[in-house]
Amino acid sequence: MATHNTKTLARLMMAPSVLLLLVWMIVPLAMTLWFSFQNYNLLSPANVNFAGFLNYEFFYTDPAFFQSIWNTLVIVCGVLFITVVGGIAIALLLDQPIFGQGIVRILVISPFFVMPPVAALIWKNMIMHPGYGVFADIANLLGQQPIDWFAQYPLFSIVIIVAWQWLPFATLILLTALQSLDGEQKEAAEMDGANFFNRFIYLVLPHLARAVTVVILIQTIFLLGVYAEILVTTNGGPGYASTNLAFLIYRTALLGYDVGGASAGGIIAVVLANIIAIFLMRAVGRNLD
Amino acid sequence: MARAVTTRHKVTATVFAWIVALIIFFPILYTLVTSLKTEPEAIAGFSLIPSGTFENYITVQTRSDYLKPFTNSVILSVGSTILALIIAIPSAWAMAFSPTKRTKDILMWMLSTKMMPAVAVLVPIYLLFRDFGLLDSRIGLTVMLTLINLPIVVWMLYTYFREIPGEILEAARMDGAGLWQEIVYVLTPMAVPGIASTLLLNIILAWNESFWTIRLTTTNAAPLTAFIASFSSPQGLFWAKLSAASTMAIAPILILGWFSQKQLVRGLTFGAVK
Repeated sequence: MATHNTKTLARLMMAPSVLLLLVWMIVPLAMTLWFSFQNYNLLSPANVNFAGFLNYEFFYTDPAFFQSIWNTLVIVCGVLFITVVGGIAIALLLDQPIFGQGIVRILVISPFFVMPPVAALIWKNMIMHPGYGVFADIANLLGQQPIDWFAQYPLFSIVIIVAWQWLPFATLILLTALQSLDGEQKEAAEMDGANFFNRFIYLVLPHLARAVTVVILIQTIFLLGVYAEILVTTNGGPGYASTNLAFLIYRTALLGYDVGGASAGGIIAVVLANIIAIFLMRAVGRNLD
Repeated sequence: MARAVTTRHKVTATVFAWIVALIIFFPILYTLVTSLKTEPEAIAGFSLIPSGTFENYITVQTRSDYLKPFTNSVILSVGSTILALIIAIPSAWAMAFSPTKRTKDILMWMLSTKMMPAVAVLVPIYLLFRDFGLLDSRIGLTVMLTLINLPIVVWMLYTYFREIPGEILEAARMDGAGLWQEIVYVLTPMAVPGIASTLLLNIILAWNESFWTIRLTTTNAAPLTAFIASFSSPQGLFWAKLSAASTMAIAPILILGWFSQKQLVRGLTFGAVK
């Protein structure tokens, strides 16, 4: 009887968050699905009618669509590569005994707390600006022509900014994992004559596998939806050169007033995110239990 | 001899670590320095020595109504976090102390709602907000931020609560503690650190959320993210003022973040990395 009561109580306690998340997941998604089959433009809200798969066809045949998928992949993979490789290197460095460890950690972790629009503005104006940025100052000092980063390498510039924001996250997690590595094991390997390279490959890297998986999983969730950085710096341009899928949907919905088209894009984004999520969950599942 | 090598090793590591740390921190440092320059100084080429004027901060405060987005950021991040905690604490409690076969599945499902790309539901959310008159309202945005952070709050609390040993409850019961005493004297003190860490981290996440806060607001409810994003057009002669506004937007959360860095790892990895 007592256990029965506890179970009912437990269900009651869980109900609010489960119900809220259920509604939050189903209602907007069902609406997006519904809109994606409608001819619905905000500029002529009176003329809403069934469109069949027309919205999907339009979205799919738009050359911007494939470019935006490609750009999304470039941003996700580029940032993951920089943050994981850089994160391991910096974590190895910070794991050494150093003077002022506390302050160094604080400096390294800081970019993670900078809100995306500010991060983008800082890089756009202070660092990468072709006239007044620090990169331009360096180029002038070396007698080179300053690079107009956002015009010449828009996607690469965004990858750099986003990587700067996420590098601290990767570093901190990898450093935490590194510090849990058994010191005695390292010493034993050293005594047995394993050099730094061997110790790294056979001891450190396998130990870091779980942390790396977690970093990839969590960052991917956020990197698929990079938005503010693009909005503030290139606004998706030039042309569609730095438009990712998230930004393309925003463009279609709120700049093109095309509810149907944007919804079709939204459904495509959900499908893609799920495919990636399934792969990730499988990979992570192997590492997490 | 061995000692000399160790010291040299430490000095070398220190030099490299500081160089890397300063490069990573440089954009923030340079923004802070620029915010203390006059406008002509700010575009006069590279220099780390400002004239030390606070003029920009005063101008930003008085002219561009900085206080309003700042207040909005505080209200939205703190409000949504507290709301999420109120909803999440009972759930996490139940999952941690009377788990069933399905608890793990429910937790994974909650996390999977985070996988839904925000932009996929932009259209319906925007239309719902418009029809209910919630666009540019603090209430609408608070609810929004609560919902998107709820899964993380439940997860974080769950990982903290799970570590409270169940035996301690039994011991208290044996000593004749009633349910109320159990909650007030035994459980609450043990749960407070976990709740505090969750609160801190979630305020940071909500403060920096930059999709819904920008898209669902214009002026009244616009927090700092939207305020700063509105400066995205080239700012000609406003380099120093922009730096001052940026510094003020990130300073409070940067300082909070420094204090929370220990909890950050386990919080953001849902206890998978400690």
